[in-house]
Amino acid sequence: MKRLSTGIWADKGGIRSSVEDEGGTIAGRLRGLVPVIGFAMAVPLLHLVLRVAGTEYCLTQLTMAAYYAIVVTGLGLLMGYAGQVSLGHGAFFALGGYTTAVLTTHDFSKWKAATGWLQEAHIMVARQDLYGNQLVTVTPWAAFFAAMAVAMIAGCLIGYPALRLRGHYLAMATLGFGLIVAKLLVGSNLTGAADGLNGVPEWILMPGLVVSGKVPVRVQNYYLACGLLLVVLVLLRNTVQSRVGRALKSIHDGEKAANSMGINTAAYKLKVFLLSAALAAAAGVFFTHYTAGIGPSEAGALKSLRYVALAAAGGMSNLWGVAIVSLALNYFSLRGWFGTYDNAVFGALLILIISLAPAGPLQPAAAWLRRRGWWRNAQSSHHGTP
Amino acid sequence: MLLQVKNLRCGYGSLEAVRGASLHVCTGEIVGLLGANGAGKTSLLKALVGLLLPWSGEVRIAGRETSGQPAWRCVSNSTVLVPEGKMIFAEMSVRENLLVGGYHNPDRRMQMELVFERFPRLRERQGQVAGTLSGGEQQMLAIGRALMARPMLLLLDEPSMGLAPLMVKEVFAEIFRMKDAGVTVLLVEQNATATLKVADRAYVMETGEIVLEGDAGDLAHHPLVKRAYLGQRDEDDSGQPRQK
Repeated sequence: MKRLSTGIWADKGGIRSSVEDEGGTIAGRLRGLVPVIGFAMAVPLLHLVLRVAGTEYCLTQLTMAAYYAIVVTGLGLLMGYAGQVSLGHGAFFALGGYTTAVLTTHDFSKWKAATGWLQEAHIMVARQDLYGNQLVTVTPWAAFFAAMAVAMIAGCLIGYPALRLRGHYLAMATLGFGLIVAKLLVGSNLTGAADGLNGVPEWILMPGLVVSGKVPVRVQNYYLACGLLLVVLVLLRNTVQSRVGRALKSIHDGEKAANSMGINTAAYKLKVFLLSAALAAAAGVFFTHYTAGIGPSEAGALKSLRYVALAAAGGMSNLWGVAIVSLALNYFSLRGWFGTYDNAVFGALLILIISLAPAGPLQPAAAWLRRRGWWRNAQSSHHGTP
Repeated sequence: MLLQVKNLRCGYGSLEAVRGASLHVCTGEIVGLLGANGAGKTSLLKALVGLLLPWSGEVRIAGRETSGQPAWRCVSNSTVLVPEGKMIFAEMSVRENLLVGGYHNPDRRMQMELVFERFPRLRERQGQVAGTLSGGEQQMLAIGRALMARPMLLLLDEPSMGLAPLMVKEVFAEIFRMKDAGVTVLLVEQNATATLKVADRAYVMETGEIVLEGDAGDLAHHPLVKRAYLGQRDEDDSGQPRQK
């Protein structure tokens, strides 16, 4: 654990000192927009390339990878800014997905007394399943809010005690939590045991916008997923560059000193943990509707570890790097590039990052480019640090 | 009376570091708290701000009972601790360090100007990563960061520790200037000579107890202080060298 505490969790130099904060200059603000615009342009460009190449079916995996990237970006916030590690983000993803899946596929028609007014309130709906059976299920929107509530309650129960202690208690608590959730999902008939759940209906967000894996709406869903990822990135970026972000960085830098500055460090850590758990759960809900089902492997420890590896590989506090690295690697994984070595690749990645580039591979790479004069980092001109 | 401490006891596990200390600081004063290593000075300060839970006794800041409150609350009681060993945020810029200090102060940008006027060095280095500052500059930053919260009471823990003699002088001059800004200071130090020069009153602590208190001028001539902290021998001493 000693190596870890001086290694990636401590994230030496990984935190980007954003000089352009609330009162930043106009030039600073424009510079901050560069990744936003770049991302917004890369998304349709990638679509165009795939279309020209005749491999538009790859958009399906890109869509799934974008939902995973939301999980990893939230984890990057927790690891890079609050200095805490969660080894249970797969469980939060699964909690969101499974809550939605159960509520939208389970037949509640036996509870006649209650379902009547719930249908009136648009919380439940009568529909047919794939085989034409009449069902009364919860609507996707209501299930979404229920899923978020379940994830938040679980997050509070784990985070509240674990984050009051200093050290890696959150990592241990979330690891245990993930294992318990995975066992419960496999052991319960309600969640379809080892098969998981399928037949999850499509989610009509609004007329003309539907979360579904059907081929006619593939393009639409690709833009929806990437759009959500972009919104998450912009929101987190704004959070990080404000007073809240400074408080988070100070907690990471020295918790006792931050406490002496009047920052309620325990409350902040809990809030960030809950925010990142909420992002994981929300991604799980979207993912489940998109793939029309979810399986117990989503809650597995290996999945959670994969998220940690990806967040570390992206440079943790560098949220753009985290999003792009996780988008790319999850895409390759979903396309089956790594074959049977899939989990081994992410394990090896984590080991390599911890031992070779604790601040993430992007930082040394940027430093190398800077040395060769190929790329000037906007921030270096501000501080003049080595 | 801005700070009143009565019979404070605190410690770590079964070890009692402060055994019933009582002291007070009046508004506008600079009060020194002297003592050797391990006398319990730092523990006392920690208990004052809530970094250490007092076992018993009472702490009143501006008349309000504050013992048992979490550390982050103390800033809203207008009390800020400048911790031992500076504890600046080494990976953040000087400017960010100051802004974190003004976390609870809505006018933090205006306050930062005042801090820059007091410490022009910090303005020059505002974009620099704080960990790359010299020891003296880091101490200035730690004090400046504390001033960002506009405290009434500033608690300084060993501000001269690890600084070059010239820098020590500068830091103490800064502390003396706090009076002009209307900031009351409780100064915990091992450097008795310098502390007694800037302080109005002082307390001497030994093995967790306050053994002596008085005006700084009187204490400077007190035999006990002279012998133990100023490295001088008593006049009525028998002339035999004392063992250190």
